[in-house]
Amino acid sequence: MPVPEPHPALEALRAQISRLEGQSRHRRGVIPFGVPEIDGRLPDGGLALGALHEVAGGGNDALNAAASGLFSAGIAARTRGKVLWIATRQDLYAPALQQVGLSARRTIYVAASSDVDVLTCFEEALRHQGLGAVVAEVARLSMTASRRLQMAAETSGALGIAIRRWRRQTDAVDFGQPTASVTRWRVSVLPSVPLPVPGVGRSRWLLELIRARAGECADFEVEACDAKGRLAPCRLALPAALADRPDQEAAGHRRARA
Amino acid sequence: MLAGREGRRRVILSVDLAARRLGLRPGTPVAKAQALYSDLLIMDADPDGDRAGLERLALWFQHRIAPIVAPDPPDGIVLDTTGADHLHGGEAVMLENMVTRLKEAGITARATIADTLGAAHALARYGRERITIVPPGETAAAIADLPIEALRLPADLIDDLHGLGVSRIGPLAGMPRAPLALRFGPDVARRLDQAFGRQAETIVPVRLQVPVQVSRNFAEPISAAETIARYITKLVPPLCARLEEREQGVRRLDLLLHRVDSHTEAIRVATAMPVRDVRRLTRLLCDRIETIDPGFGIERMVLTASLAEPILHRQGVSALIEEEEADVSDLIDTLANRVGTQALYRFAPVESDVPERAVCRVPALAPEDGREWPDHWPRPTRLLPRPEPIQTMAVLPDHPPVFFIWRGIRRRIRCADGPERVFGEWWKGDAELTTVRDYFRVEDTSGETFWVYRIGDGEHGETGSQGWFLHGLFE
Repeated sequence: MPVPEPHPALEALRAQISRLEGQSRHRRGVIPFGVPEIDGRLPDGGLALGALHEVAGGGNDALNAAASGLFSAGIAARTRGKVLWIATRQDLYAPALQQVGLSARRTIYVAASSDVDVLTCFEEALRHQGLGAVVAEVARLSMTASRRLQMAAETSGALGIAIRRWRRQTDAVDFGQPTASVTRWRVSVLPSVPLPVPGVGRSRWLLELIRARAGECADFEVEACDAKGRLAPCRLALPAALADRPDQEAAGHRRARA
Repeated sequence: MLAGREGRRRVILSVDLAARRLGLRPGTPVAKAQALYSDLLIMDADPDGDRAGLERLALWFQHRIAPIVAPDPPDGIVLDTTGADHLHGGEAVMLENMVTRLKEAGITARATIADTLGAAHALARYGRERITIVPPGETAAAIADLPIEALRLPADLIDDLHGLGVSRIGPLAGMPRAPLALRFGPDVARRLDQAFGRQAETIVPVRLQVPVQVSRNFAEPISAAETIARYITKLVPPLCARLEEREQGVRRLDLLLHRVDSHTEAIRVATAMPVRDVRRLTRLLCDRIETIDPGFGIERMVLTASLAEPILHRQGVSALIEEEEADVSDLIDTLANRVGTQALYRFAPVESDVPERAVCRVPALAPEDGREWPDHWPRPTRLLPRPEPIQTMAVLPDHPPVFFIWRGIRRRIRCADGPERVFGEWWKGDAELTTVRDYFRVEDTSGETFWVYRIGDGEHGETGSQGWFLHGLFE
């Protein structure tokens, strides 16, 4: 994937816009993915701290939020300080998060009873100065709510990640609604990296950057988080001979189109 | 019989009546006692627990009998009953009452009233009667016949005195002072003087912890939320100032609002760590104002620190390399008062191979113990609350399924890892004695990865039903 060249005129324009938005005082730095293809597409070269980001799973994962959860955990693992994880459904398995670098010692869970509770706790936590990242699993996130959360995140500099997790597949169309969050991602699973021996290889994800403030949309194929929460670019020159099953390719294309 | 360590030996510390009849005495080595009587019931002594119990008992006495009470470890309680006996019908009745009450509670007690603490201590332990009252001025005669062990002297001193042939207090008191002091130090003379009342001895009483409380009365009843908030901000600082005098912090704070119609509204906030920060406590209380129903108005507000704990000041280690971790306990408190303390937790590892038992919830601010899960086995991101049965087709005994049907969707499996065999924990129950689970990580054709397992090893019927279940989702 070609990385766009930094253009001085565009950079100047970006700086002017962010001055107009009154954000320059709150610029807190970014968390880079470490994958040049992705970082090059994001303004400032990474996920902005002090901002709200939305992540949803594609396909069945919109309900299960397993891949999107792991993706968010990988990002949270690379922040500094404690991580607050707010959810209504308590099915997260902590040993798996430890395997992407988010240690159980750093993570505090909040079992909220409703979406409203999730949002209140989310906003309260984002206003707190001492947290590295706040992750919340929420189904509905209105424009007003996301704007409140975004403003709360700006005051503290914490990274806010809203995992959109719906109860029914039909509710997932909600993801098209406008939002105040800085980026919006969809994580879909791809068939894993084939191994020369029987077994399951490293998982691969299709990351769709659906929205990025002051940036462009893009699709990336990446290998899933490693033990430190880092993604890796897919080795694109995958020999076709290794992909021994024909249906795998078909499934991949189908997902990519979806 | 209670056993404990004395130096490097395990000796008997205390015996009950039955053991005493057998001839066992405190100080006998446990091994010897067991050799003599093989069916002894031996329990470990718990000195800390005893001391705590004694203190509680002392508080109870303070509540009931007299204001100056002190525990006298290891086995006594001292009371200064001066001016208190007439409230209980005289000294004899008071003592009888105390001993009876203790007996009802399962404690065998002996009680003595004497002029001095030393004499009372000696008579309560070495006197003949269960209840002794020494009339004023007769102390010397009453204790003269007691053994010198009653004088609260160190054990080696007593041994030395026995070596001299002195075994009773009377002869010891009659001996010339100067050689005694020269040979045994000042302790003997001091204890004698204390027992005979020639030297004063003070009782440091236990202090009943009265909770810190501040209150405010209003001439006109208040009801507006802003007014309540304003008075909360006025009540919290004096409370914190008084807590500072005690070097304590709040763990639980109760705000009682007495309404004009004699109803009482209450707000209770709790904190994870002792807190004495005015702003933080005010914030916690003000967050809850909306739960108050002021009715026709509030005429009195009482703020009580119903649970206070000492604030331990630690010296911070200034690490120049590491960044200091920010304190999140205030956020924890704010959230806990909103969603409940139970709803905030961290996961901690438990040493178990059974996946659902490998995690336990601990309080959000529980101390860290540095343990982690072994991370060489794949674990799913989402673990289903209970495993869901699936229909599969698989080659026994140790192949992954070829396909499975879960929630009505049939998934063909492209590749799989496994099996990872988990054995039942036989120490938990008989049912788990032989059970086995074989876990597989399977990926279907679309790339979704699941964690499925089979109950049983695929060969032996007693290891399980050989049914398949889906337990978790990777991604």
